[in-house]
Amino acid sequence: MVIDLDKCTGCGTCMVACAHENNLSVRPDESDIQRKLTWMRLYKITKDEPYPKTEVSYFPRPCMQCDHHTPCVSVCPATATDYDINTGIVSQIYTRCIGCRYCMAACPYHARVFNWWDGYFPRGKGLENYLSPEVSVRMRGVVEKCTFCHHRLMRAKSKAYAEGRRELEEGEYVTACTEACPAKAITFGDLNNPEHKVHQLIKSPYAFRLLERLGTEPKVYYLSKKDWVRKMGDNYLPGEFKPVTPPKA
Amino acid sequence: MQTIPEYLKSSWRGWVLFGVGFLGALIVGWVIFPMVLYSQHPQPMNFNHALHMDPERVSGIEGDTERERCLYCHEFRDDGTFAGIPKLSKCTECHEDPDSPLGQTPEEKEFLKRYVANHQEIPWYSYYKQPDCVYFSHIAHVKMGNLECKTCHGDHGSRKVLPVYQKNRITGYSRNIWGYRISGLKKNTWDRMKMDDCAECHKDMGHENNNSCFVCHK
Repeated sequence: MVIDLDKCTGCGTCMVACAHENNLSVRPDESDIQRKLTWMRLYKITKDEPYPKTEVSYFPRPCMQCDHHTPCVSVCPATATDYDINTGIVSQIYTRCIGCRYCMAACPYHARVFNWWDGYFPRGKGLENYLSPEVSVRMRGVVEKCTFCHHRLMRAKSKAYAEGRRELEEGEYVTACTEACPAKAITFGDLNNPEHKVHQLIKSPYAFRLLERLGTEPKVYYLSKKDWVRKMGDNYLPGEFKPVTPPKA
Repeated sequence: MQTIPEYLKSSWRGWVLFGVGFLGALIVGWVIFPMVLYSQHPQPMNFNHALHMDPERVSGIEGDTERERCLYCHEFRDDGTFAGIPKLSKCTECHEDPDSPLGQTPEEKEFLKRYVANHQEIPWYSYYKQPDCVYFSHIAHVKMGNLECKTCHGDHGSRKVLPVYQKNRITGYSRNIWGYRISGLKKNTWDRMKMDDCAECHKDMGHENNNSCFVCHK
């Protein structure tokens, strides 16, 4: 996944689409940020300069699906989360999770959330009619996280099988946030496939990953031409960050 | 001080009492408990699979192989999803007129009177409904994996009478998932439908990669 931060308007459609797609429960009091469930979180960052130089950027943060030393997977005592070598997606099996929240502590990106209560879908108000049968509803006491809309991959695969194909074409499997983004800031595809757009995009000098030097190899890349935004993607010592010199026209 | 009662002093008596108690516990655990654990639900009406699968007796259900005839009613949709138990509209492709039965069985007359005439779906019990956290793609196994239906579903297609649906009173799942033998012993591939059985087959067929959690969970 590649997210172009310069295109992101911070509208929050990705969060809504994600919650809707993945049967995220609502709380009677959604202003309780600490307890609120969200797989896709939109952060707002500000350039630390006074007016008129002040600048704002938004960045959406799904699960990074870390490729190497996946921190949550390596700490899970119940093997409730694993790394799929075929897809590179980090799974989360709610029925296996014991709710110790070790993975939440291990995740450098705060991508995991804990269910303090059973899913709340008030009956009779129509909310239960919107539940997707493709995503299982979580119970109290388990951790959940973004799955890159894994059920959409399964759906796309079934369709490909029906047409007698084993390989998916680009665009057949995209996440709900990718599809919903009105600014088209999110691009989704197979990073390893040279024909996919994401494979080209990550070669850009403006591409970076969050906390890249931890060595977790996230599969979510960000793009921004603003140096201060890229600088916020990692912890740099003074003078360590190297701005990109724009190519001469 | 406690004294050993007189009737326990002779050693064989003690053994007999132990044996009776042990046997009693075994009977309770292996016979009575499974009987109590599952509630019995007969299907709303009988469906004769054997009759419908016989091309000499029922025309219209096309297919050269057994699997193709299964798939005639239990079909795949265009997007690759599996329709499962057919809806009434599939039945009425042949049984369209409520007043003229195609066969002679009383079940068919009942079916036409109760369901076809009233346009009402038959509330079948599903023997193989998996828990909510399980994902299963029929097309990946049947079309791409070339598995026969009976590898997992047994001889269901050749039965004349639908078996009674047994529901676990505690979990609410069908008995076909755990299997009918309470010991969990398995003779045939279709005896049980638990996670280990899926994983075992994946391993035997050389698809160990497919035992990643997110292949079968959602």
